[in-house]
Amino acid sequence: MLLTVKGLSKSFLGARALDAVDFDLAAGEVHALLGENGAGKSTLIKCLTGAYHRDAGEIALDDQPIDPRSTSQAQDLGIGTVYQEVNLLPNLTVAQNLTFGREPTRFGLVDARARTRMAREMIEGYGLDIDVNRDLSSYSVAIQQIVAIARAVSLSGKVLILDEPTASLDAREVEMLFKVVRDLRSRGLGIIFISHFLDQVFAISDRITVLRNGRKIITEKTAELDRVKLIEHMLGHALEHEVEAQMAAHADEQPVRPLAFSFRGIGRQGMIEPFDLDIHEGEVVGLAGLLGSGRTESAELLYGVRVALTGEARDANGPINIRNPRAAIAAGFGFAPEDRKTDGIVADLTIRENIVLALQASKGWMRPIPRAEQNRLADDYIRRLDIRTTGREKMIGELSGGNQQKVILARWLAMNPRFLILDEPTRGIDVGAHAEILRLIRELNAQGMSLLVISSELEELVAASDRIIVVRDRRHVAELTGADMTADTIVRAIAAPGTAKEATA
Amino acid sequence: MMVPTLKRIAPQLSTLVALIILITFIFPSFLNLSMVDGRLVGPLVDVAKRSAPVALLAIGMTLVIATKGIDLSVGAIIAICGASAAWAVSAGYGLGPALVIALSAGIACGLWNGVLVSMVGIQPFVATLILMTAGRGIAQLITEGRILTFTDPSFGWIGSGTLFGLPVPVWLWLATGVLMALLLRRTALGMLIEAVGINRRASALSGVNARVLLIAVYAASGFCAALAGLVVTADIRGADANNAGLWLELDAILAVVIGGNSLLGGRFSIAASVIGALIIQTINAGILLGGFPPEYNLVIKAALVVVILVLQSPNLVTHFAFLRGALPTRRPSEQVQQTGKPKP
Amino acid sequence: MRNPRLLPLFATIAIFLLALLICFIQFPNMFSTRVLGNLLTDNAYLGIVAVGMTVVILSGGIDLSVGSVIAFSGVFIAVVLRDTGLHPMIVFAMLLAITTLFGAAMGGLIHALAMPAFIVTLAGMFLARGAAYMLSIDSVPIQHEFYGLLQSYIALPGRGRLTLIGFLMILVFIAGILIVHKTRFGTAVYAFGGGEATARLMGIRKGRVTVMIYAFSGLMAGLSGIVFSIYTGSGYSLATVGTELTAIAAVVIGGTLLTGGAGYMFGTFIGVLTMGLIQVYIVFDGTLSSWWTKIVIGLLVLAFILLQKALVRLARREETLLPA
Repeated sequence: MLLTVKGLSKSFLGARALDAVDFDLAAGEVHALLGENGAGKSTLIKCLTGAYHRDAGEIALDDQPIDPRSTSQAQDLGIGTVYQEVNLLPNLTVAQNLTFGREPTRFGLVDARARTRMAREMIEGYGLDIDVNRDLSSYSVAIQQIVAIARAVSLSGKVLILDEPTASLDAREVEMLFKVVRDLRSRGLGIIFISHFLDQVFAISDRITVLRNGRKIITEKTAELDRVKLIEHMLGHALEHEVEAQMAAHADEQPVRPLAFSFRGIGRQGMIEPFDLDIHEGEVVGLAGLLGSGRTESAELLYGVRVALTGEARDANGPINIRNPRAAIAAGFGFAPEDRKTDGIVADLTIRENIVLALQASKGWMRPIPRAEQNRLADDYIRRLDIRTTGREKMIGELSGGNQQKVILARWLAMNPRFLILDEPTRGIDVGAHAEILRLIRELNAQGMSLLVISSELEELVAASDRIIVVRDRRHVAELTGADMTADTIVRAIAAPGTAKEATA
Repeated sequence: MMVPTLKRIAPQLSTLVALIILITFIFPSFLNLSMVDGRLVGPLVDVAKRSAPVALLAIGMTLVIATKGIDLSVGAIIAICGASAAWAVSAGYGLGPALVIALSAGIACGLWNGVLVSMVGIQPFVATLILMTAGRGIAQLITEGRILTFTDPSFGWIGSGTLFGLPVPVWLWLATGVLMALLLRRTALGMLIEAVGINRRASALSGVNARVLLIAVYAASGFCAALAGLVVTADIRGADANNAGLWLELDAILAVVIGGNSLLGGRFSIAASVIGALIIQTINAGILLGGFPPEYNLVIKAALVVVILVLQSPNLVTHFAFLRGALPTRRPSEQVQQTGKPKP
Repeated sequence: MRNPRLLPLFATIAIFLLALLICFIQFPNMFSTRVLGNLLTDNAYLGIVAVGMTVVILSGGIDLSVGSVIAFSGVFIAVVLRDTGLHPMIVFAMLLAITTLFGAAMGGLIHALAMPAFIVTLAGMFLARGAAYMLSIDSVPIQHEFYGLLQSYIALPGRGRLTLIGFLMILVFIAGILIVHKTRFGTAVYAFGGGEATARLMGIRKGRVTVMIYAFSGLMAGLSGIVFSIYTGSGYSLATVGTELTAIAAVVIGGTLLTGGAGYMFGTFIGVLTMGLIQVYIVFDGTLSSWWTKIVIGLLVLAFILLQKALVRLARREETLLPA
């Protein structure tokens, strides 16, 4: 084996990000690493490239134990990495990027001609016909990625880690990149390939390892794995016992509810294809799909985070113009985003302030919520949502993820919205808080609030939703209701074997 | 409300008191106060009076810094507003219109900065640099390159007059500080500004109108600079477009950071910034009293900046709460941008 | 456009040529070797300090201390020459060592404290100015006979004078162009301005480069101080107030992106000449007042910042239009 990882563990502030993970990579192999957000993929990669230092476990390269302490050390050892973005400097020329740090010099000055020659040699065999003396940014992302690969290979030459290299490429560019990857494989490199596009994984990889919650789930030859099985492993769901229970749960059809909001042809190029969506009063609509499928993008368009370029939204009173989040809030929307840290919490404000933030913003600065009222609201939600804190004046940044999420929920509940969008409400939350948030969703729903819930936790989604929409490849592809609504059918809709050819053709 | 405020400004307050004690120890006359012709005189009153321009600027600067911004143009705005007031007074418009003209000029300058930062999306440091460069030229345009002197006694009163025994400039910064603090803390403005400064994206997603708030903050800074410009101009009874407010932007920033407000935005205290301005002026007075040449001022200020930077640095896990008040330390992890993160 | 990054440079050159044209049409006699020689001489100190500022800004930083360092340099030279019998060349060497170390120390602080450059160099600005004051409050004349030599010039045809300091500025610009475009350090400077995180991933040693960048700026400020002392024949602690702003403006008008990563040293040269030309124009006109210089420069800075902003927007739009 070229690279062997044994029992690798890594914790952050007591939270296990990697738990005794084994992994190996042969020379001349493409090994795909799969998992949803927070599964531990990036932590594993960072331990390999020296960005993090592991807590326990062994890494061996060519049967020699290694202990990289920095990316450049890992590079010298032979492990190179190419990320989705920020690999190279767009403001330097291709040649400058390729030769960065080892420019040929003459009399102490960089020899531009030798540098051009050196750069040309480096990209030889990658099928690129480009002028290396132009700025990197003047080329497409695909070419930039290949240049980054060329640099990584020439610097390292043993192991190449490709971290979501195709996320912003179109089908033709992906094929171009894959040709390069296949060439490198035949030259004997070991390649670790990370992607959330399953079609690509099946098209390029020899073996697949799935991580979930910091643990290795399986390592399997790609040829011996089918899509449904793979998605089951990724989402941690076994099909067998589910079906009957769900059938029973949804057997009694709900009465027809009045329409609350209807969206027609909402879309934006590069984010998601135009889609229609009806939200009824007191209804929970689930949005299922893998990471990067367009589920978060759907929510962002509905809420006006990005303006939809097509389509219109209506409520019972007629059209509503959702040009920004404030307009959405005015229409009775609320949104708990996926990335709590950057989009949700205001870390250095207290729990109380975080809870009243949206309410205060909608009232306007002239009408401050009296302190007593703020305290009452905060205490009320701390009690009702069981937010574990020493008091309402604690900074939200000091709370655990689950409690932060509850504060964000409280922020919206205080607004009493008609339509609440929850993007991965249970991500990164301990099991206890999980159940509480699910209970809360039901409660809200019972009070007549409509919800749109995005989640990779299929059982949760099935249990919580009245209806589930499946998103794949930036399109809404299926709508499941009643007895059809099982984790099983969702997995099949996501896997949808028919599209495999379409995406890589 | 009172207790947390006191706790917040305690480090600044104790620094100020310690400085005063230190100076008094060496020069007992420092605490001398006497009533002469119905006005309070003494070194301490003098310090309070001389603090006025920086204290006024610091009030506006506090808000700008709370939004993670910076306003480098306040010195130039002082020159512009001083020049327009002096021009209006000497052209015979009377005090009232002169004040209106000067204050509107300040607000207009602030709005210009705010629009560049908030709508055009230029970083604050760069955006306010434009006015910093061009502002003195505009001021000279108004004064036509001369030092515009005037004799209007009512305008002069703003700089050197006395009201209820205290110099007018002292009342001015006290009133501005108190009114601004009330405006911010009795309404929701203060919290919304802090929220935008800490996490603009999350605030916007919660419906906070970050755009308008940012513009308002720079306008407030322009307004405070205009007041400072009035004081400076009235004090010397003349508008000097070249030197009025020179380097005061730096003193104002210094006052704000001495006030324990983080340059990275977020929680702010106007009271602490104003005390910061008083601390700067007290040091100045001490140096003067000590017979040291005033040139030591700059060196001491430089040392102060470095000390405060060390205390605020996200790189050093600081254990001293001194000067940082009750502010939480930004964790360095927040600064390290994750690489390769999938973002559409 | 083959390379959109060249656009600001072309704009810079176009504005300079336009300014020349306007000058030529209005004052044909402005074009003498004398005016040209004076343009170089009068802006020599500014040009040299702008070379250092260009490097700092290209790296995404800023150095507010340079004006004070120039003043300090002048006073230091004048005082040491007055009080000791040292040869000016030795004094120059001492001074350059001091200002370079000073810059290096600021770079070290910026790196170690992870604080914005403008606030650290602000402290440097106070310190250098204070140190100048402490040396002498009054203007100190320099009367060393060696200075007479340094103030010498070559007579150009047509009563023009190419002074030593004007010539030195051109040399410094050539050196600056070589450093920025032809050394590993120069590439590292661009890399820094293009993206610090990426530059680090590519193996840059951040601390070392930061120290070198500000040390270079300190060196240039010291050299500019020497030139300024030759130009004025004295050292005065109140001199060159606000020169940092003028230098930043010259860099921006020279087409360098104020946020770093893009720009050309040659552009700064043109920027300095453009600013000089505006001043010459105002002098020739006679009716215009000197404050128009500041306003016009402010407007030019604004125009360039908006142009750069538009270019960045354009580039980003192209990116988002890619099917993701």
